[in-house]
Amino acid sequence: MLNEIIQTIPQVLIDGLTLGTVYAVIALGYTMVYGILELINFAHGEIFMTGAFIGTTLLLLFTGIGWISALPAIVMLLTVLIITAVLTGLLGMGIERLAYRPLRHAPRLIPLITAIGISFVLQDIVRFIAELSKGSYIVTGPNLFTNQLLLKTSSISSIFNDASIKASFVIVLVTAVVMMIGLDIFVNRTKWGMAMRAVAQDRETASLMTVNVNKVIAITFFIGSALGGATGVLFAVQYGTIDPYIGFILGLKAFTAAVLGGIGNIRGAMLGGLLLGVLEMFASANLTLLTGGVFGAEYKDVFAFAILITVLLFKPEGLLGKPATEKV
Amino acid sequence: MKKIWKKYEHNKLAHGIFLLIYIGVTSLSLYLAQKSVTAFLLLLSSLLLLYYTKFTNLTKWLVAGIVLVFLLPFTASHGDAYQSYMEVSTLVGIYIAMALGLNIVVGMAGLLDLGFVAFFAVGAYTYSIFASSQASHFMPFGTFPLSGESFWIFIVIGCLVAALFGILLGIPVLRVKGDYLAIVTLGFGEIIRIIFNNLDRPVNITNGAMGIPSVTPPRLFGIDFLYPSQFYFIVLVILLITIFTVRRFEHSKIGRSWKAVRENEIAAQSMGIPLVRTKLLAFAIGASFSGMMGVVFAAKQAFVDPTSFTLLESFTILVMVVLGGMGSVPGVILGASVMTILNLQVLSELTNWLNQLSLSGIISIPYALSPAKMQRLIFGAILITFALYRPQGLIPAKNRRFDEKELQRLNRKAISENKKIEQKGV
Repeated sequence: MLNEIIQTIPQVLIDGLTLGTVYAVIALGYTMVYGILELINFAHGEIFMTGAFIGTTLLLLFTGIGWISALPAIVMLLTVLIITAVLTGLLGMGIERLAYRPLRHAPRLIPLITAIGISFVLQDIVRFIAELSKGSYIVTGPNLFTNQLLLKTSSISSIFNDASIKASFVIVLVTAVVMMIGLDIFVNRTKWGMAMRAVAQDRETASLMTVNVNKVIAITFFIGSALGGATGVLFAVQYGTIDPYIGFILGLKAFTAAVLGGIGNIRGAMLGGLLLGVLEMFASANLTLLTGGVFGAEYKDVFAFAILITVLLFKPEGLLGKPATEKV
Repeated sequence: MKKIWKKYEHNKLAHGIFLLIYIGVTSLSLYLAQKSVTAFLLLLSSLLLLYYTKFTNLTKWLVAGIVLVFLLPFTASHGDAYQSYMEVSTLVGIYIAMALGLNIVVGMAGLLDLGFVAFFAVGAYTYSIFASSQASHFMPFGTFPLSGESFWIFIVIGCLVAALFGILLGIPVLRVKGDYLAIVTLGFGEIIRIIFNNLDRPVNITNGAMGIPSVTPPRLFGIDFLYPSQFYFIVLVILLITIFTVRRFEHSKIGRSWKAVRENEIAAQSMGIPLVRTKLLAFAIGASFSGMMGVVFAAKQAFVDPTSFTLLESFTILVMVVLGGMGSVPGVILGASVMTILNLQVLSELTNWLNQLSLSGIISIPYALSPAKMQRLIFGAILITFALYRPQGLIPAKNRRFDEKELQRLNRKAISENKKIEQKGV
């Protein structure tokens, strides 16, 4: 049994890392907003989904025009990524302005409820548009980067099987890593990043130090949503088929990743995302084997939630977070 | 106009006459025009009018009882649409009870529970497993399905099992702060659904995605309950008990501690309210209503499968609570009725009407825009609008008013009695 598990490890690692980077970048959006407003932005998963749809539409459009033959695919993907990121970033800012800012002093239950509402409205609007223009809300994007690479892991040691990699995996991984490093530099090295950290620490004191709090919050939403939207495009490229309801569960898992790494902590979110992705893939590949067929791969969602509940119970501050002391 | 309004605002007789005329006209029109959904809805809305009259509570309950027990079933019973009206009313009752349960958790105790439908599922499965041949797959003893008489016991069992699940969920979850609670309960709701969906292996307990067919109908004095018109009365009785219980809880010590916990946990704790026990009780009681109605639902549908218990259901119940007014019992009843009727009647009627219009070629509405599919948009819009502009809901919650002088008098009485006891002791 152990042999079989070890054999599949290279493939599990690769699939898990792909999923993990997606989780990690979405988790960044949750963690940034939580760090600054102490609000779970339920609509973030839907922003990711909207990004996937915008990206697929643009890709289909460009393919239709025939740019794909004129331009290298990677340039086209980059263009699409940037346009989508800007659009979803603006969407995120709009949501903040419309649904969260008026409620900043309301009881904490209320913004959560608007967040759920926003996420429902977005789901349905995307469904309308997709269904009106395509006839079905399940949309398949153009096939890009489909050539398979074979990673000869068996040559390292004979206990491993070979792993196959889609070319898009490399693109997803590289883009996501670039985005994460970019964000890390932005938050830790720039003036706006410093303002962001200041607002996260203490909103009122920051505003006394002439930090424009509203602007900083808007920028936080812009960046988080832009990253989420761009990840949506990557997701669509990697997995091909998308529908308006992918955002919810995926967002929930990304939130789990954020909690796992320590909510409010940006590096923690990255770590948590990667960890969760690998763990989930490991579970879905080996759960049947480990439990002797009692639990199948269909329990992988349960597995992710179980991780969330365990973390919240035993280490609510997460892997990299600092334990918060409650002041009265 | 204002003058006339002022004059009749406090005139009980005018209220009474108007209400009687209203009820008379609507029930007559329902009696004569059996197919008219409008008449049916107008008759139901007479209860809302009744709520706003100035009569004593006893009168209101009596009138409501007459309308619901006699008038509504009688006037609707002369056409083909009878069973569908009763079906709608039964479902309205089921959803009201669930929304009242969620109202305790969200509205009174302030704990956002997004997986509430899980308890409904637990109740439904509890009955349907034992009231169908399903239980013989794994139970070593006993003959299944159980007879229809067991339904009445199962209402209590479903209630208890759901309460147990509420506590089991509550114990780990309540260590978690407010916002996390929403996520964890959401996850719990999904876990329950996935488990029910996959529990056909290794031991076939729930029959997986296939669902459990042919659940035994309830039976009382040799009569099988098969039609919605019969379930209507079961639901009515349970609903009455539920409303009564909720109102008693609301103004009891535990109800006040829920509200205190909602407003400020730390302050409540420092006033000597046991935090964990109070929250657990809210979870358990809220869940138990839902479990009870789950049993009724399973018996009514005679078929249970995991697709009835999706996230959307949990959110529907949340929308009912938010729409009606968090913490307000009459508000939640109104919210639940409006949402259920909107879902079952208004949207489907609108869809039919639009379909007919596009069939006859007057306008063409694309299939994607048919109102029946717009549930999510409507729910979302309601949640946003109400959270932003009217967070207290349609009928805001009221705290009971106490008469200051009456309280002082009671207080003096208590003091003087204490003195008497002290003097006797000396």
